[in-house]
Amino acid sequence: MTELAATVKTTLGFWTYLMTDVILFATLFVTYAVLHTNTFGGPGPDELFSMPFVLVETLLLLTSSFICGLAILAMQRQAKQAVLAALAVTFVLGAAFLGMELYEFNKLVDEGNSWQRSGFLSAFFTLVGTHGAHITAGLIWIGVMAAQIGRRGLTPHTSRRLVLFSLFWHFLDVVWIFIFSLVYLLGAA
Amino acid sequence: MSLSDVSFNPFDHSLLVAGAQFTMVFGVIALVVGLTLLKKWGWLWREWLTTLDPKRIGVMYIVVAAIMMLRGLGDAAMMRAQQALSAGGSTGFLDSDHFQQVFTAHGTIMIFFAAMGLIFGLFNLLIPLMIGARDVAFPFMNSVSFWLFAAGAVLINVALLVGGEFGATGWLAYPPLSGLEYSPGPGVDYWIWSLQVAGVGSLLSGINFLVTILKMRAPGMTLMKMPLFVWSSLGSLVLIIFAFPILTATLGMLALDRTMGMHFFTSDFGGNPMMYINLIWAWGHPEVYILILPAFGVFSEVVATFSRKRLFGYTSMVWAIGAITFLSFLVWLHHFFTMGAGANVNAFFGIMTAVIAVRTGVKVFNWLFTMYRGRIRLTTPMLWFLGFVLTFTIGGVAGVLMSVPAIDFQVHNSLFLVAHFHTMIIGGVVFGAFAGYTYWFPKFTGFKLNETLGKWAFWCWLIGFLAAFIPLYILGLMGATRRLDHYDASLGWQGLFVVAGVGLALIMAGVGFQILQLVVSWLQRGTNRDLSGDPWDGRTLEWSTSSPPPFYNFATTPQVTDRDAFWAVKESASSGSWVGKAKRETIRLPKNSPFGCIIGGLSIILGFAAIWHLWWLGALALLSIITVLTIRLSEDETEYTVPAKTVQAIETAFAQKKGQQA
Repeated sequence: MTELAATVKTTLGFWTYLMTDVILFATLFVTYAVLHTNTFGGPGPDELFSMPFVLVETLLLLTSSFICGLAILAMQRQAKQAVLAALAVTFVLGAAFLGMELYEFNKLVDEGNSWQRSGFLSAFFTLVGTHGAHITAGLIWIGVMAAQIGRRGLTPHTSRRLVLFSLFWHFLDVVWIFIFSLVYLLGAA
Repeated sequence: MSLSDVSFNPFDHSLLVAGAQFTMVFGVIALVVGLTLLKKWGWLWREWLTTLDPKRIGVMYIVVAAIMMLRGLGDAAMMRAQQALSAGGSTGFLDSDHFQQVFTAHGTIMIFFAAMGLIFGLFNLLIPLMIGARDVAFPFMNSVSFWLFAAGAVLINVALLVGGEFGATGWLAYPPLSGLEYSPGPGVDYWIWSLQVAGVGSLLSGINFLVTILKMRAPGMTLMKMPLFVWSSLGSLVLIIFAFPILTATLGMLALDRTMGMHFFTSDFGGNPMMYINLIWAWGHPEVYILILPAFGVFSEVVATFSRKRLFGYTSMVWAIGAITFLSFLVWLHHFFTMGAGANVNAFFGIMTAVIAVRTGVKVFNWLFTMYRGRIRLTTPMLWFLGFVLTFTIGGVAGVLMSVPAIDFQVHNSLFLVAHFHTMIIGGVVFGAFAGYTYWFPKFTGFKLNETLGKWAFWCWLIGFLAAFIPLYILGLMGATRRLDHYDASLGWQGLFVVAGVGLALIMAGVGFQILQLVVSWLQRGTNRDLSGDPWDGRTLEWSTSSPPPFYNFATTPQVTDRDAFWAVKESASSGSWVGKAKRETIRLPKNSPFGCIIGGLSIILGFAAIWHLWWLGALALLSIITVLTIRLSEDETEYTVPAKTVQAIETAFAQKKGQQA
């Protein structure tokens, strides 16, 4: 298999995978849309979400994607150290986002508003949590990839994976924008 | 219920369950002892379990599917016997709860592990060969897909051994019945996790073969020159890609309801059970087409070959596949017209359902026109096709009838419906798989199946099928509901149920003939041998290789000029074509890998841990899967080179054999 053929195939395959993830999230969004008023006497979205907190989360994630873009630019210059540095920053920002999300979840549970409270909260925790699980997978991916790039340098192989990762990371941004708009913004309004 | 509450004493269960448990345990022990005595473990590991060759993986899919089909058939036999016996004073031999488990197992196993296995087997065996490729796009991922499918199949059968119960909820596990409140046992969890594991495998396969078809076709094979089986597979794959994530999400939410105390589909705390039913059918209806489209593809190839004609109306076939692919996402609500969505919604989905049937009608006429003025050979694959036309027309007309919501209200949940979808799935998917099995068997084994026994099998199946399901149509119209374990003798239904039971016995005779056919054909393989690689005078690329094909499929990459690529070569008989090309090249192929099999094994542990809430074990299994994947992705050299000399030797041997036969 030539490198070009491999790149063409893996890129198309990965895009197709991302499209299946779109459907997965679409299913969760639709379920959230149907269940978001089913609070069963518990608190609704307007009582639970703190917009400044979510805005900071959003900025962390968007910045990490920007830095991830810088990693790709560095990769095109074959600047290995710059790639590794950018990946490290991406990782830290992603981890900070995840930490904030877990903090929010923890707070909700402590206040007696866990996923067991109502259909709305089940849908909320699952939708946002699924995004968080993807972020976690992405963080593991950064770790493995950084180790490979560190050991072997920017080969066609590792570069291809870096590009796929950046697709994945940007995709998670897009999903988050939808969560931010449909769950938090509309919910707080 | 936790694992420590489970009784492993077989005498705690009914005789029937204990019998099934003994059969399974002794089957596995016999297999292990047999392999050890014959010293075949190394061979099994090197040649099969670790293989990345799609031809081998395809065979393994079909073996698993065949075993699952026999199990599903056993469930069917129990249901038929129960319903034939259980009238009036007699209550048959199954209690209600056991009967419910049996019909749930039958539906689940037949759809997810028999039919899906057959379809993925066909994809693996045929798609690379038909498009003139040496491999699939992602060979390792293909192995992972198979092993996840096999892991799901193991997990669903473990339900009988550990926990001793299957879900009693029907094959789609509607909540709130499938919720923790009404199904506290592990049966539904087994159902969820075995489907979840196998479903991820299906999704990965969908992506893999989509990329294979779009990026690996031989030079010259434009989309409109692809064999129709490849087109119909493409439609099926697009549906897999769009539909399976919905299944994954829906099962995930049901699992969260059951294990985390969430309220997606519960009847209290703001849950919405109808949401589940909408979502599961948004996957479930496309699933029907995922299964039937490849069968349509098989028939298209079979009819063209055995009529010695180009397929009639190729372009309209392609567009019909496209239309079916699109429309199949717009009809899901016809599975629950009685939900109460209102007249306008029902009218929309009713009309869409009638419209989608037109596409299928187009296809049936195209096949019939292909036969018209063709030089027809009535071989077994052709018989399966003709049987399909008969049964599919009956089932299709019944389906169009039910697309009218007003009529559907009358026959909803009746045996009329059961008869309808069995006519479509047995008459369509299963007959299609059997036609394909007989047609391509010599390609992958090197010898033909015995025709006489094949015809016996066909007639037993066809007559048995009609005898088993025509009575169900009548019973349904008389008011018999589905999933009935007992009825009043005064209803006068018993006679028809007995006829249906006899029908099933005939089908089982058909299966007996098929097993006999396999054994006899193997014994006669000396005389049945196919040395030419082209036993039926075929039209598509797979017939240009030897039978069985060499592990690299094609010594020289085919140059495609026409829709029936191999037929065009035979017609022109030009010596300068790629078929007779003498210069050999080196070939790069993927090395075997044990990791697919290992990931399958770890997935069984992961699913088992989720079912029994053994979170430490689940975390360990997940961590191991991540580690294994990391190791695999860090491997440097995943391919090896086949020297031109080896290719030359294999091709020369094939040419000599071909010469002997000619």
